[in-house]
Amino acid sequence: MMPAWLAALNPGWLMILVGIAALFIPYRQVRQVLTVGTPIVAIALLVMAPHEVDLLTAEALDITFSFYRVDSLNFIFGLAFLIASLLNAIYALHTNNPRQDGMALAYAGAAVSASFAGDLMTLFIFWEITAITSVFLVLQAGTRAAYFASMRYLVIQILSGVILLDGLSYVWRYNGTLSLEAFQSFSDPGAIYIFIALGIKAAFPFMHNWLQDSYPKASVVGAVVLSAFTTKLAVYGFARLFPGFDALIWIGAIMTVFPVFFAVIENDLRRVLAYSLNNQVGFMICAIGVGTAGVGNALALNGASAHAFAHIIYKALLFMSMGAVLYRTGTTKASELGGLYRSMPWTTLFCIIGGLSISAFPLFSGFVAKSLTMSAVAYEGVSDAGMVVVWLMLLFASAGVLEHSGIKIPYFAFFGHDSGKRVKEAPFNMLLAMGMAAFLCIAVGLPAIIPGFGYQWLYSLLPYPVEASSYQPFTLEHILTQMQLLVLATFAFILLKRFALYPAEKPGTILDTDWFYRKAGYGFVQWSGTVWGKMGPAMSAMFSRLSERAYKRLESAFSPRGEIARGGLSGGASIWTAVILAAVLLMSFLSS
Amino acid sequence: MTLESVLTSAPAWALAHAPILIVAVPMLIAPLVAILPNGRAAWLISVLTAAVSFYLAIVTLGLVQSSPTGVLSYEIGRWPPPIGIEFRTDALNAMILLLVTGIGFLASVFSWPTIASELKNRNKLGMFYAAFLLCMAGLLGVASTGDAFNLFVFLEISSLATYVMVAMGAQRDRRALPAAFNYLIMGTLGASFYIIGIGFLYAATGTLNMADIADRLPALTTSRSVQVGFAFIIVGLGLKAAMWPLHQWLPNAYSYSPSFVTVFLSATATKVALYALVRFLFTVFRPEYSFELASFSWILAPLGIAAMVICSFQAVFQTDVRRVLAYSSVAQVGYMLLGVSLATAPGVAAGLLHLFNHALMKGALFMAIAGIVMTHQGTTIRDFAGLGRTAPWTMTAFAIAGLSLIGVPLTAGFISKLQLGYALFAEGWWWAVLLVVFSSFLAVFYVGRILQAAFFQPPINPRKTHKEAPLLILVPLWILALANLYFGIAADFPLGLARDGAVAALGLEAFR
Repeated sequence: MMPAWLAALNPGWLMILVGIAALFIPYRQVRQVLTVGTPIVAIALLVMAPHEVDLLTAEALDITFSFYRVDSLNFIFGLAFLIASLLNAIYALHTNNPRQDGMALAYAGAAVSASFAGDLMTLFIFWEITAITSVFLVLQAGTRAAYFASMRYLVIQILSGVILLDGLSYVWRYNGTLSLEAFQSFSDPGAIYIFIALGIKAAFPFMHNWLQDSYPKASVVGAVVLSAFTTKLAVYGFARLFPGFDALIWIGAIMTVFPVFFAVIENDLRRVLAYSLNNQVGFMICAIGVGTAGVGNALALNGASAHAFAHIIYKALLFMSMGAVLYRTGTTKASELGGLYRSMPWTTLFCIIGGLSISAFPLFSGFVAKSLTMSAVAYEGVSDAGMVVVWLMLLFASAGVLEHSGIKIPYFAFFGHDSGKRVKEAPFNMLLAMGMAAFLCIAVGLPAIIPGFGYQWLYSLLPYPVEASSYQPFTLEHILTQMQLLVLATFAFILLKRFALYPAEKPGTILDTDWFYRKAGYGFVQWSGTVWGKMGPAMSAMFSRLSERAYKRLESAFSPRGEIARGGLSGGASIWTAVILAAVLLMSFLSS
Repeated sequence: MTLESVLTSAPAWALAHAPILIVAVPMLIAPLVAILPNGRAAWLISVLTAAVSFYLAIVTLGLVQSSPTGVLSYEIGRWPPPIGIEFRTDALNAMILLLVTGIGFLASVFSWPTIASELKNRNKLGMFYAAFLLCMAGLLGVASTGDAFNLFVFLEISSLATYVMVAMGAQRDRRALPAAFNYLIMGTLGASFYIIGIGFLYAATGTLNMADIADRLPALTTSRSVQVGFAFIIVGLGLKAAMWPLHQWLPNAYSYSPSFVTVFLSATATKVALYALVRFLFTVFRPEYSFELASFSWILAPLGIAAMVICSFQAVFQTDVRRVLAYSSVAQVGYMLLGVSLATAPGVAAGLLHLFNHALMKGALFMAIAGIVMTHQGTTIRDFAGLGRTAPWTMTAFAIAGLSLIGVPLTAGFISKLQLGYALFAEGWWWAVLLVVFSSFLAVFYVGRILQAAFFQPPINPRKTHKEAPLLILVPLWILALANLYFGIAADFPLGLARDGAVAALGLEAFR
C-alpha cells in the first residue's frame, strides 16, 4: 500500500509543481529528466489511485473542495492526458527552452487536475490555469503573428472561464451545491452558462476560430502540446455534465461537417490539422449527445471516451510529423512542400500511420473508437428518423476526414509534386516520440491477436467496461461499411486529382467566421476611432470642464482647508455635540 | 492550540480570577513601571504585562465559551450584585478583551524602536509606559465591568492616560499639544455626558448595576428621565467612539501623537467605546423601546452613512498619510454603526466583525507608517514616493492591509463588508448597500493614491537607498498583515466571535 499522502497526491498537481520548478532550472539535463520522468511517475500514481473516493478535500468559504476524485469516466481522460504529456516531453527533448518545458508540463498538469476535480469550483480553478499556462505555448513561437494570436487566444479562454464562473455561481445559488452532477435540462440558468463555457473550449461552430487562429501559429512543440488538452478537457466536461443532451447531437454533427470544407482548401497543413481537430471533437460531442439511458448511453459515452483517447494520440502524432517537417524545412505550406519521403522516410511512415488512424482504417485505433460512436447513433436511429440524418452527416464527415487528414496531409507533404527540398531526417527524439505514438495507434487498434494488445485493452479502460467488453468492432458489417467509404473516398481523391479538379495547393487566406470580428469588427473600431478623433477633442474638453468643476466642488468641501474641516476644534465640535443631543432627545420624546 | 488545552493547562489562580486579574495586573504594574529609571526595563515589563493580559483574555474566552450560561460573573470583594461591583463577562466582552490585549501585546512589542526614536527625553520613558499600561487597564476595565458607574471610572482612567500619551507626541511635532488639549476637552465632554446620563438612570431606577437597570427599565419606558438619560449616554459614548460628526478630536489626535500611540488607539480605543455603546443599546436598554427604535433609524443609521461617505471624501483629499487613515477610521466606524443600527443579529454581528477586522487593518497600516516615520521621517503622500523600492517589506504589508481596508476579496475587509451587505439586504436596505459599495469605491481612491506613490513613483531622494524598518517593527506588522489575509480566507474564527457576541448582546437564543 502507498502511504496516505502519496495516494492523495493528485498527479496533475505534481506536474504543475514540477513544471513551475522547471521554469527556474537552468540545467538542461535536469529539466529533461524532470519533464520525461514526471509524467511516468504521474501515470504510476494514477494507476494506483483508488476509484470513487474523494482523495483530497478542503473546506473554505462554506464550499467543500474535492481536489482529487478518480472514477471510470475521468480515469481514461486523465490517462490519455498523461500519455500525451509523456510523448510531448520526449518530442521536445531537442529543444533547450525552460519556459516551454515548464509551461507544457504545468499546462498538462492543469488539464489533468481539472479532469480529476470533484466539484465545479475546483474545475473552474484548473480550467483557468490551463488557459493561462497554454497561452505561453502560443507566445513561444516568438513571431508578431503569434503574439497577436496569443492575445486573442487568451481573451477567449478567459472569457470561457468567466462564463463558467457565472454558471457555477448560478448553480450554487439555486442548488446550494457545487457537485459535479450531470444536468437534467436547460431549465437551470447555470446549465446554459456552463454549456456555453464548455462550448467555447470545445470549439463549437462559430466559437471555433481561436483554435485555427492560434494552434498553427504556435511553435513546433507548442502545437503538439496544445492539440492534446484544451478541447478534450471540454469533451470530458460535456461527458460529465451534459450526457444525453439532444442539442449536442446536432452541434456535434455540424461540427464534424463544416470544417471539412475549410480543411480541403486550406494550404497551411498545420491549419488543416486544426480544422480536422475540430471535426474529430464533433464526433465526440455527437456521441455524448446520443443516448439518454441504458445501452445507448453506455455505448455513446464509451464511444466518446475511446475516441478522445485514440484521438489525443493520433492527433499528437500528426502534429508531431508536421512539426518535424516545419522544424526541418521551415514551412508547412502545402504549396512549398512535396517529395519529402526521400529525405524523411520515417516521418513519412509515422505520418501515414497517423493518417490511417484518424481516417479509421480497420486495424488502427480510430476504427475501434469510431465504431462505437457510429453504432450508438445507428442504435438511436432505429427509433428516431432524425438520427438517420445525423448518421449520414457523420458518414460524410468520415469521408472528409480521410480526404483532408488521411490523404491530403501525407500526400502534399511527402509526395505530390517534388519541391526539391532535401533535408535531414527528423531528430531522433522526435522520431522516438512519433514511433511510440504510432505504436500506440496500432496496438490499440488491433484485434486480440497478441495477448495484452488490441482494442480489448482500450475497451477495458472505458467508463462502462462491461458493455464495452461485449461490443464487437470487427464485424463484417462495420468493416465493409468503413472500407467502402474509405475506398470510394480515396477513389474520389484520385479522380479529382487526375482531372485537376481537386483544389490545388495555393497560398491564400481562407475567410472563416472570425473574419467578422477580426476584420469587420476591427474596421468598425477603426471607424469609431476616426469619428472619435473628430468629435473627441470637443467632448473631452466638455468632460474635463465638468469634472474639473465637480472636483473643485468636492475639494472645497472636503479638503483639509475645506468647508467641513473648517473650525474643527473644540468650539464647533461642542456645538455639534449639543445638536446631536437635541436630535436624540427630540426623537425620544416624539416617539414615546 | 485549542481553547480546551489552554483551559486544562491554565493554573488555578488564572481560572478562578481571570476576569479581575486581566484588569488588575496592568493597573498595579503601571506605578511600578513609572518609577523605573531605565526605559528598556520599562518596555520589557510592559511587554510581559501585556502578554499576561493576552493570556488571561484567552483563558477568559475559553471560560465564557465553556460556561453553560455563557456569562462569567465575578463579584468584587465578595459583595454580591447589585450592591457590590460585578465584573460580568460574556461572549461580547470576551471578544473585546481578546482584541484589546492582542493588539496591546503586539503594539507593545513593536513600540520600543519607534518610541526610543520619537521620545528624545529618555527619562520620560518609564512614565510613558506607565501611561500605556493604565490606558490598557482602563480599556479592559470598560470592557469587563458590569457596573455603569464603574464603567465611567475606567473610561476616565483610559482617557486621562490617552491624553498624556498624545501630548508626548509634542517632542516630535508641537501640534500634538493642541491636539491633546482638544481631545481632552472633547473627551471630558463625552465622559460628562455619559455620567449625566447615568445620573438620570440612577434617579429613575435606583441602581447602578447594568443587569439590574435592565431588569427595572421595562416598567419605566415612558419616564422622561430614562429617555433623557438614554440621549445623554448615546451622545457621550458616541463621542468617545468617534461617531460622525462628533469625531473632530480624532484626526489630529491620531496624526500628531507618537506613532505607537496611534497604532494602539486606532485599534482599541474607539472600539471599546463602541462596545460600550452596543452594550447600552442592546443589554441595558432594549431595541423594543420605542424611543430607542426611533433613534436607530433616525440617528444612528443616518450618522453612520454620513460618516462612511463624507469622511471617505475627506480622506481622499488629505495630503498626510496618517490623516488619510484617521478619516478612514471615522468612515469605518460608520460601517460599524450602520450594522449596529439594523438592530438585528446579523447586523450587529457584521458590525462587530468589522470592528475586529478594522483593528487588524488599521493596526497594520499605522505600524507600517510608524516604520516609515522612523526610517524616512515623513508622513505626507509625497514622502511615500518610491518607498515600495526602498522599504519593500514594510510597504508590502501596508499594501496588504490597504487592500483589506478597501475590501478586496480574500482579505478580512471583504468578509466583513460582505456580512454587512447580507445583513442590509435581509432588512431590504439595498440603497444602503449601494452606499457601502460607493464608499468602498472611495477607499480605492485614498488607498490607491498612497500605493501609487509608493510603488509607481520614483523616490524623491534616490540616494536614500534600501532602508527597511527594524525587525521589531516588521514582525508584529507582518503578523497583522497576514492575519488580514488569513481571516479573509478562513473567516470562521472572527465570524464565530462576532456572532456569539451579537447573540450575547441581543439575548437571542439562537442566531437567526
